[in-house]
Amino acid sequence: MAAFFSPFISKPDTVAQIMFRVMLALLPGIALYVWYFGPAILVSIALASITALATEAAMLKLRDRPVAPFLKDNSALLTGWLLALSIPPLAPWWLIVVGTAFCIVVAKHLYGGLGNNPFNPAMIGFAVLIVSFPVPMTHWLTPHGLGQIELSFLEQLRYIFIGSLPPGVTLDAITMATPLDTLKTHLHLDEPVKQIFDMPIYGRLAGQGSEMVSWGFLAGGLYLIAARIISWHIPVAYLGALFATAGLFHLADPAHYVTPLFHWFSGAAMLGAFFILTDPVTGPTTNKGKLIFAAGAGLLTYLIRAFGGFPDGTAFATLLMNICVPLIVLYTQPKVFGKKSGGER
Amino acid sequence: MLSALLVMSIIAIALGAVLGYSAIKFRVEGNPLADKIDAILPQTQCGQCGYPGCRPYADAIANGEADINLCPPGGEEGIKKLADLLGVEFKPFGSGAEPKPKAVAFIDENTCIGCTLCLQACPVDAIVGAAKQMHTIIASECTGCELCLPPCPVDCISMESIGENLENWKWRYPVYALQPANTVGRESA
Amino acid sequence: MRTLYKFHGGVHPPGNKTPSTQQPISAAPLPAKLIVPFRQHAGEAAKPVVQVGDHVLKGQLIGEPVGFVSSAVHAPTSGTITVIDMQPVAHPSGLPDLCATLIPDGKDEWFLREASDYRTLPAEELRHRLRMAGIVGLGGAVFPSDIKLRPLRNHPNKEIGTLILNGAECEPWITCDDMLMRERAAGIVQGAEMLRSMLEAKEVLIGIEDNKPEAIAAMHRAVADGGLPFEVVTVPTVYPGGGAKQLIRVLTGLEVPSGKLPTDIGVQCFNVATVYSAWRAIAHGEPLVSRVVTVTGNVRRPGNYEALIGTPLSELIALGEPLPDTDSHIMGGPMMGMPLPSTSVPLVKASNCIIAAAKKLFPAPPPALPCIRCTRCAQVCPAELQPMDLFWFAQSKNFGQAQAFSLFDCIECGACSYVCPSHIPLVQYFRFAKSEIRMREQDKLAADRARERHEYREFRIEREKREKAERLAAKEKAAQAAKPVEPPAVAINPDATPETTAQMKIQAAIEHAKEQAAAIKPKNTENLSAEQLAEIAEIEARRARMREMAKSDVEPPKE
Repeated sequence: MAAFFSPFISKPDTVAQIMFRVMLALLPGIALYVWYFGPAILVSIALASITALATEAAMLKLRDRPVAPFLKDNSALLTGWLLALSIPPLAPWWLIVVGTAFCIVVAKHLYGGLGNNPFNPAMIGFAVLIVSFPVPMTHWLTPHGLGQIELSFLEQLRYIFIGSLPPGVTLDAITMATPLDTLKTHLHLDEPVKQIFDMPIYGRLAGQGSEMVSWGFLAGGLYLIAARIISWHIPVAYLGALFATAGLFHLADPAHYVTPLFHWFSGAAMLGAFFILTDPVTGPTTNKGKLIFAAGAGLLTYLIRAFGGFPDGTAFATLLMNICVPLIVLYTQPKVFGKKSGGER
Repeated sequence: MLSALLVMSIIAIALGAVLGYSAIKFRVEGNPLADKIDAILPQTQCGQCGYPGCRPYADAIANGEADINLCPPGGEEGIKKLADLLGVEFKPFGSGAEPKPKAVAFIDENTCIGCTLCLQACPVDAIVGAAKQMHTIIASECTGCELCLPPCPVDCISMESIGENLENWKWRYPVYALQPANTVGRESA
Repeated sequence: MRTLYKFHGGVHPPGNKTPSTQQPISAAPLPAKLIVPFRQHAGEAAKPVVQVGDHVLKGQLIGEPVGFVSSAVHAPTSGTITVIDMQPVAHPSGLPDLCATLIPDGKDEWFLREASDYRTLPAEELRHRLRMAGIVGLGGAVFPSDIKLRPLRNHPNKEIGTLILNGAECEPWITCDDMLMRERAAGIVQGAEMLRSMLEAKEVLIGIEDNKPEAIAAMHRAVADGGLPFEVVTVPTVYPGGGAKQLIRVLTGLEVPSGKLPTDIGVQCFNVATVYSAWRAIAHGEPLVSRVVTVTGNVRRPGNYEALIGTPLSELIALGEPLPDTDSHIMGGPMMGMPLPSTSVPLVKASNCIIAAAKKLFPAPPPALPCIRCTRCAQVCPAELQPMDLFWFAQSKNFGQAQAFSLFDCIECGACSYVCPSHIPLVQYFRFAKSEIRMREQDKLAADRARERHEYREFRIEREKREKAERLAAKEKAAQAAKPVEPPAVAINPDATPETTAQMKIQAAIEHAKEQAAAIKPKNTENLSAEQLAEIAEIEARRARMREMAKSDVEPPKE
């Protein structure tokens, strides 16, 4: 009785449900991933899930927190999934394990666990991996129909876990650089955009296959907005800022700067817009703040892609904007009821 | 060599002059730190700290002569606030100086002989009465300092603790259901 | 059609209002015992004016208002006051409060009832009558109504433009205002006209949520029958649309400024039940001794009852025939109500609803998880606060920041807790922080007062010392001035040390005393009779003898 105070009713929503629906929304993207690049990604997701749950349980135990309710909240699983989707599926097994463990242990629990981490855990994991293990992080799979040789699922598993390829097959034959990476390399060689786009790895808007995966994430993201799990502010501001900056550069010099649509549909732009930047814990809480935060991330993403050292910029843009969140929130506090200028209609 | 020395000395003299000037120009009357400390102290004027009132104790803390954990009526919260203000570590109460529940003095009017000794002892003039007249406490002004107890020759003053009532009742800190019992205890302490 | 405005946020909890509107309001039977608390309103508790053993009549004053924000308390029926003591009351603390226990004599005999026409009475008299009739806001805040009707001296240019009748009743389960409007619309409308004339308001708006079509129709009819230019406005059903500030916003588009009152923007808002009881008080001379209360929840016969103030709630709940799995009770609605410490507590003016609760209706919330800053609370907050930030500050007891983030604009509606996916008892944290801040402010005031008193005492002691010294100095000066001959003895001696001066002074004082003694003649020494003279002689002789004896006694040891 003592702890039972009003309100006595509540909506049946739970954190676990929210996380679960976000994972559900990832499914179309994952399905298209499997369709275009084969089932290796499922192995990464499984590895990430197991690692996430195990490290989460261990950390909760160490931190003297109840394990069951936190394990059931699905937040660790989601972190693992997001990391798995941002790194190459054909990476050795330990890469995803180390990355996920780092996400959960350092980026999440050392900062106080669920709700207290200032940085997006999945993006911290990605940043650590790309800085520490740059080579395996470039082993992206070639979409169906483009590679010289296609490995069977069993052969992929053998490579992931043991690191052995079938005789006569080199790593280069089955992997490729991402469309963003290829673009960057060839632009450095002073090739015009048009000529680069004639390469077989490019599809209608962006990379063959990867553009379709982006469509999948876009569909899932629209579902999240429709289900009111995320608000429109972050995706719109992020994609808007990315489009605007890319568009400006493209208009100024179409030969050297690709179309804004290319930027939308390559790399982690769609995943970032709907699933990563929208992480409530590490994002701003005010609507105005969300717009500023996401627009900043969009701008940074473009700058890193176009002028930075890494082919994709979503992860670093997210982390950089995460730093600014407290400040953004402080300066975008909405006016409270009755504290607006006057009381006019 | 000489020029370097000269330059340094000139700079030193110039800065010293600026400092000296500003010390005179921007001189603050009174001790602002002692004022801030005094604002934290509960103003019971009970003298339990060993100083004759809150202000002298505040001055003593400001001058670094007294510890911050000598004020039982201020409670641990008072120590915390003082520690925050002064940028020092929190210090628990020494033995024998634990805070007591809030109380007000009460005069048994049948026993009171009207000696006015308690009137003179009360630091906040919260006792009314006159020689050979019964005395009584203005409960709302009593700080519960207990200074009136020792002078009373007939021991007619007692401390009545103020229990929880509808006027001073507070909502409790909500129990955070998910944390194990030991951490809850730690956080509420 | 009136343009309606929106307020930010709000939630749509299931209404559950239909079950208790199936039967008309019925009178609750007279209980065997009534417990009438003296604190049933916001502000100072009423002062008992009856004594144990007194026989009182229905509507007789038993507690008179004390101070500005206070109201009267009356005997709900005729009978005998048996006890005046501390009794458990409906309060979240479960602490007891001063109550009068009344054993009814069953006659239900009215005290003098003075029916009057409000048009013949000045507003000041009406306000006084409302105060003495114990009329307070029956929507739940129980703020004395007479204060809300006082002339706006502070705002000479702003007269009340709009009087709003609050019939929104946005909380789930509660239907007492709905039923009152359906059945007693005429009284409400007449009361509204009375209040309008007191406030000299230009327009009257009656706001009713669109889930009460019968009440809306009844009020429309009553307004038309009365031939009054009032407007019954249907407002959308959204919780907390019945909050005064929210309803004002919806109906007028005006926002009551933070920390201000509706009157500051020329609006005043009364609950329909308050208006009705104010009308009864003036037009029928009946003080507030009963109210309509909804009994609902886990009961077989939910409904509304007109019950006497002081009726033990257990008797009201019994009227609804609670189901066997009822395990607790709520007073008020499920969003803002409070759990009852026991069902023996009495019905008070604030009790609009009694809900019999069971696990199946009000399941215990799942354990709270950490806040994930999903901002759902901010999306539904009608005060446009950022509850997740406030929670953070309240949880870490960072009260200064909580206040800076407008904690005191929180109306404790519970919408944030309702939507929180982590099931954090947000409102509970806010209540905690608010009461903690209020208490600290009180302590601070008390400390400041103590400091002031202490400083004044020091000053007084200092002043008394100084005055004493001055008085002495003045006396000495006066003495010196009076005897200009003697001081030269002191003044002439130039090398007089302070000691010698002091000695001289003492010497002077002794001589002065001798002189005085010599100057004073013994009284009663003239016109003595022979016996008296003989007596004196005898006494003198005895004295001389004793002196002799004393000398001889003292001398021998000295040898």
